[in-house]
Amino acid sequence: MVRVDGSGSASSLIHVRGLDKKYYRGGEEIHVLQGLNLDVDQGDFVAFMGPSGSGKTTLLNLLGGLDVPSAGSITVAGDEITHMSRGKLTEWRARHVGFIFQMYNLIPVLTAFQNVELPLLLTKLSKAQRREHVETALAVVGLSDRMHHFPRQLSGGQEQRVTIARAVVSDPTFLLCDEPTGDLDRKSADDIMALILTLVKQYKKTVLMVTHDPQVAERADVTLHLNKGALVEASRVEGAMSGGAR
Amino acid sequence: MKYSSLIIANLFRKKIRLTLTLGSFFVALFLFGMLAAIRGAFNQGVDVAGADRLVVINRTSLISPVPLSYMDKIHQIKGVKLITHMNWFGGVYQDPSKFFPKFAINVENQRQVYPELQVSDDEWNNFAKDRQGAVVGASLAKRFGWKVGDRIPIKGDIFPGNWEFNIDAIYQGKDSQQDETQMWFQWDYFQERVPERLKGLVGWYTLRVDNPDDAGRIAREIDNKFDNSSYETKTETEKSFATGFVKQLGNIQFLIITIGSVVFFTLLLITGNTMAIAVRERTGELAVLKAVGFSDRFVLLFVMAESLLISLIGGGLGIVAAKVIAAWRNPVPNVLPFFKVPNTALFMGFALALTVGLISGIIPAIGAMRLRVVDALRRV
Repeated sequence: MVRVDGSGSASSLIHVRGLDKKYYRGGEEIHVLQGLNLDVDQGDFVAFMGPSGSGKTTLLNLLGGLDVPSAGSITVAGDEITHMSRGKLTEWRARHVGFIFQMYNLIPVLTAFQNVELPLLLTKLSKAQRREHVETALAVVGLSDRMHHFPRQLSGGQEQRVTIARAVVSDPTFLLCDEPTGDLDRKSADDIMALILTLVKQYKKTVLMVTHDPQVAERADVTLHLNKGALVEASRVEGAMSGGAR
Repeated sequence: MKYSSLIIANLFRKKIRLTLTLGSFFVALFLFGMLAAIRGAFNQGVDVAGADRLVVINRTSLISPVPLSYMDKIHQIKGVKLITHMNWFGGVYQDPSKFFPKFAINVENQRQVYPELQVSDDEWNNFAKDRQGAVVGASLAKRFGWKVGDRIPIKGDIFPGNWEFNIDAIYQGKDSQQDETQMWFQWDYFQERVPERLKGLVGWYTLRVDNPDDAGRIAREIDNKFDNSSYETKTETEKSFATGFVKQLGNIQFLIITIGSVVFFTLLLITGNTMAIAVRERTGELAVLKAVGFSDRFVLLFVMAESLLISLIGGGLGIVAAKVIAAWRNPVPNVLPFFKVPNTALFMGFALALTVGLISGIIPAIGAMRLRVVDALRRV
């Protein structure tokens, strides 16, 4: 269950309270997020929408431990991350967060296999175990036959699938998707969304996604609208649990 | 090891750039190796100089002779163990490009004064009995394909005429540092044919002392003894003598340090620039690495590893190539008969490459380490 009114319990998977983020640009203070509350449970699929500059990506960066808030707290699976050092945050990200970017951000000199293997290099898995995990992840995204291709040899949709495989290969606590279909045509976007839904429904992944596209957003269980730094509206997709609204 | 594929893949990202950067390291360290060989060639005499040997020359200059009559007087000075004398001969074998040093020597004490240049007793005895006999160094014999029993003609220049010598012996240095490019022949034969005004004069004396600690006192005593004579002397240790000889050719050390420094800083600029470009190009990728959990320290080491690999591979190949080429064939046997890249230069070359790799990589690496993921991803 997703809540934005601060009524969620501390046992939520993601528990955000009073989140503030300010930037200073050219001497001017920009208050991007203001007193934001959010509770997300395991297996929720949340879409964030809002106009440019509303703070969607900033919120995603804060939830992923890529940035630190000006005030407030973020607790994920019991870990309060807002006061972690840079080093601790890096370790935490490796264990808990899978990132899916709009521009894929694959390493061009590595094959699909090697790109997906990257997060596993930080683990104590043996080479054989890493291979097994990578092959499984690539099979889940339907790219078993492309594992030795370089990103330049893949289509945009296939590149995004590799990114998804890289995000899930280490079995993170939740996935953060920043405009995952923003650079894709409609067909590829639908395929990617179908894949993300599979991750949610079949593999019980928690997904937080930023998008501009209402068609993409409506695939989520819940769509939250960000406006001027605040979650001003929450639209629950009824029957999400039964899958009828998809 | 598990990161090696990541490092290697990045290394080969821009093959032309990699080749050019490796090439600049290769050329620079090859040059460094060759300069070290040249320095070694000039300083070879200094390096092998005996601590217990003194050289007595005419105070005016090395090319002015000293009388043979000084020999006994010097030998009588307390602490002088052995003494021998030599004359520079000059001369041309076949043509001037086939130069090698030739000396008229005192047969009696030569081997005792220079024990590191070894000749068998049989060969030496044959040489001592043969007025036109000659002893040649092993590498000189190899250079011209000479063997014991060969007869070689030398055309005199300082001492005109056609001179003929029988090779009676071949000497070997007791280690690879020794000069095996000389030819010695009997001073008595030399004396027979020099002009009257040069008879009874030797080029210089070399003597061994009982105790190297007495070298200073003995040198002073020798020079005092011949003060105000027609042939005043200047006595110094063999090392000092060899150093002075090298200095007559210019400050080789300074030249090498200057060229080496220019090479070092040029390399630093080239590699530093290359690494800075490489890091800037990969800002987004480095940010992704950090986002998925690679630490700042890993990113620092990752960039440093690339810089160090380039410098060590390119530089290492360059210095090893210099060593191999110098060992395979001396490119200037007439000018520098002793031409080898010393092992110390090999290690110094690697150290230099390592230093350049470290310095040129450290600034881009720190930049990469400090990179904020959010800022970097925004730039992509």
